[in-house]
Amino acid sequence: MPEKKIRVLIAKPGLDGHDRGAKVIARALRDAGMEVIYTGLRQTPEMIASAAVQEDVDVIGLSILSGAHNTLCARLMELLHAKGMTDVTVLIGGIIPEADIADLKKIGIAEVFLPGTTTQAIVDFIRQRVAAAPRGA
Amino acid sequence: MTDKKARKTASVPAFKASRKPSPSESAWEENTLKPALAKSPDRVADFTTVSSYPIRRLYTDADLANWNPDRDLGDPGAPPYTRGIHPAMYRERRWTMRQFAGFGSADDTNRRFRYLLSKGQTGISVAFDLPTLMGYDSDHPLAEGEVGKCGVAISSLADMEALFDHIPLADVTTSMTINSPAAPIWAMYLAVAEKQGADWRTISGTLQNDILKEYIAQKEYIYPPGPSLRIVTDTIEFGAKHIPKFNPISISGYHIREAGSTAIQELAFTLRDGIEYVEHCLRRGMQVDDFAPRLSFFFNAHNDFFEEIAKYRAARRIWQSVMRERFGAKNPRSWALRFHAQTAGCSLTAQQPYNNVVRTAVQALAAVLGGTQSLHTNSLDEAWALPTESAATIALRTQQIIAHESGVTNTADPFGGSYFVETLTNEVERGARDYIETIDALGGMVAAIERGFPQREIADAAYRYQVAIDRKEKIIVGVNDYVVVEKPIETLHIDETVARSQSDRLRKLRADRSNAEVDRRLNSLRHAAAGTDNLMPHLFDAVKAYATLGEICDALRQPFGVYQEVAIT
Repeated sequence: MPEKKIRVLIAKPGLDGHDRGAKVIARALRDAGMEVIYTGLRQTPEMIASAAVQEDVDVIGLSILSGAHNTLCARLMELLHAKGMTDVTVLIGGIIPEADIADLKKIGIAEVFLPGTTTQAIVDFIRQRVAAAPRGA
Repeated sequence: MTDKKARKTASVPAFKASRKPSPSESAWEENTLKPALAKSPDRVADFTTVSSYPIRRLYTDADLANWNPDRDLGDPGAPPYTRGIHPAMYRERRWTMRQFAGFGSADDTNRRFRYLLSKGQTGISVAFDLPTLMGYDSDHPLAEGEVGKCGVAISSLADMEALFDHIPLADVTTSMTINSPAAPIWAMYLAVAEKQGADWRTISGTLQNDILKEYIAQKEYIYPPGPSLRIVTDTIEFGAKHIPKFNPISISGYHIREAGSTAIQELAFTLRDGIEYVEHCLRRGMQVDDFAPRLSFFFNAHNDFFEEIAKYRAARRIWQSVMRERFGAKNPRSWALRFHAQTAGCSLTAQQPYNNVVRTAVQALAAVLGGTQSLHTNSLDEAWALPTESAATIALRTQQIIAHESGVTNTADPFGGSYFVETLTNEVERGARDYIETIDALGGMVAAIERGFPQREIADAAYRYQVAIDRKEKIIVGVNDYVVVEKPIETLHIDETVARSQSDRLRKLRADRSNAEVDRRLNSLRHAAAGTDNLMPHLFDAVKAYATLGEICDALRQPFGVYQEVAIT
């Protein structure tokens, strides 16, 4: 039986339109053999949480460069919790001040990828994480 | 990536085949170069720019066989403007040092502006926050978490008055980075100028107001292309009549490059956007020389020193020929491409952030050697957050050191006549012209955008670049080589008190103003939008009654609709 593909939702929450990072990551994960759904721009946490449930993804990758990460991530994590989607891996990439990283991890963000991260590092992180704790296992 | 795609996107010239080296160059190659290479070969097989454009080992007169200095180089201040748009360039006047700034409330940003002016900055440049850029008031639900974060929150004329408190608009020039809501924001600025007693006929500055690059790259659009271009044309027309010294548009490649384009794509898409705006103004019935002198441009200053210099030189040469040959402009001021440059935000590294001071200095130097009219230098901490005051000061000092200490301002176009720079200028021009022809063939830029053409070209280039970095084919110091473990730096933090105080201000504004008058003026705006009136007078009326930005943009959302892109990944 072929191995099940890892399913990833790449999302751009908030009002920011800078989508270079989101698009590069979407393509890199797809090239690495994952199933990638890109939400497009200006998604509210509600829209992202619903898409994650509907698409039954293993991973949510958020791209945030606008400084709104604390508000947006807190709201998304609340919503995922309320929907019972507690085993999904949530990652952020973008412009995130060092001082905010610990708090983001405290609310359940699995990892924060800063500018300069290789796409391979993200691929490896996702594979290890999903292999160690597959969803619904 | 497939080979087919690579052939389509990379504008690699076939210059090698036609190149005929001189006897002495051939002899050097045979007798000097070959033995040297036999002993120690080149480090790598291909040498390329940051845009992956191939660079030869050596440039000689053989590369300039068809180059005619009278036709292709000319003199400073004269067509084709390759050497710059002013006869004396920086001997007469240095470029404007214009640092983009904005965060928190209008009061916070007003303090930063006055600080920068006191440190010798010569012009103001406003960064607005995302709710403002998207036409939402600070208390809109979608503004949650974004108020004052990556720029200043401006929801009404009251905020604009606070932003320019004690800053005389008759004396400073102001650049405003705003696009979809550029027209109402400009109306607010003009209202402040009027209240200060400044004459509209003499005030000066630049409105970014370039919506096409939003669809292509930065994606901060509200309305569909048709109504958006109508608003842009309204502002250009209104400016030409009433605010003749203001640049109503800054046609921008900066964001196209930040989205991952190559230098040639940045140049080509920007100039083709410029052509699109000119065509709209002509269709409106305007005469080209009545508005073309006030079209301004904005380019990126990226890491590849010579490629950037060639890009600016080629930009001027192409634009003068477009204006003269394509549009029949008669006024030399219509032919001369004036531009602002900003160092490349996307080149800044979160790792070893002090290295960014060096990157920014090299990039700024390229912009100056390329003949920029004004310049923004990024701060060292911007891969982490908005800049602190001390980081912003070093960025300004970087320009001042180039201006006063480096000696590069002593003569116009110092690289003019260089085999390499002239060849690269020719090649960048040819690459850009190829793209412009492709977009013409697609039916213009709006048609090209609707087909996703520039978006796809940029996404492909961005991905190729990331792959090159990941494979270490290109080295970024501190990122994929020379890596160290380091301590975090101090960054600027903007908390949610700004959002709360903005909400309070808006509540008070809505209580204090005449809401009946606001409704009346918004209705007249809505009515004008459904017809063909120039919207600027209606916007001016609405802002003076303290209609908020969100209310104004909503009034326009009704007749115009909103744009949704088809995402290309």
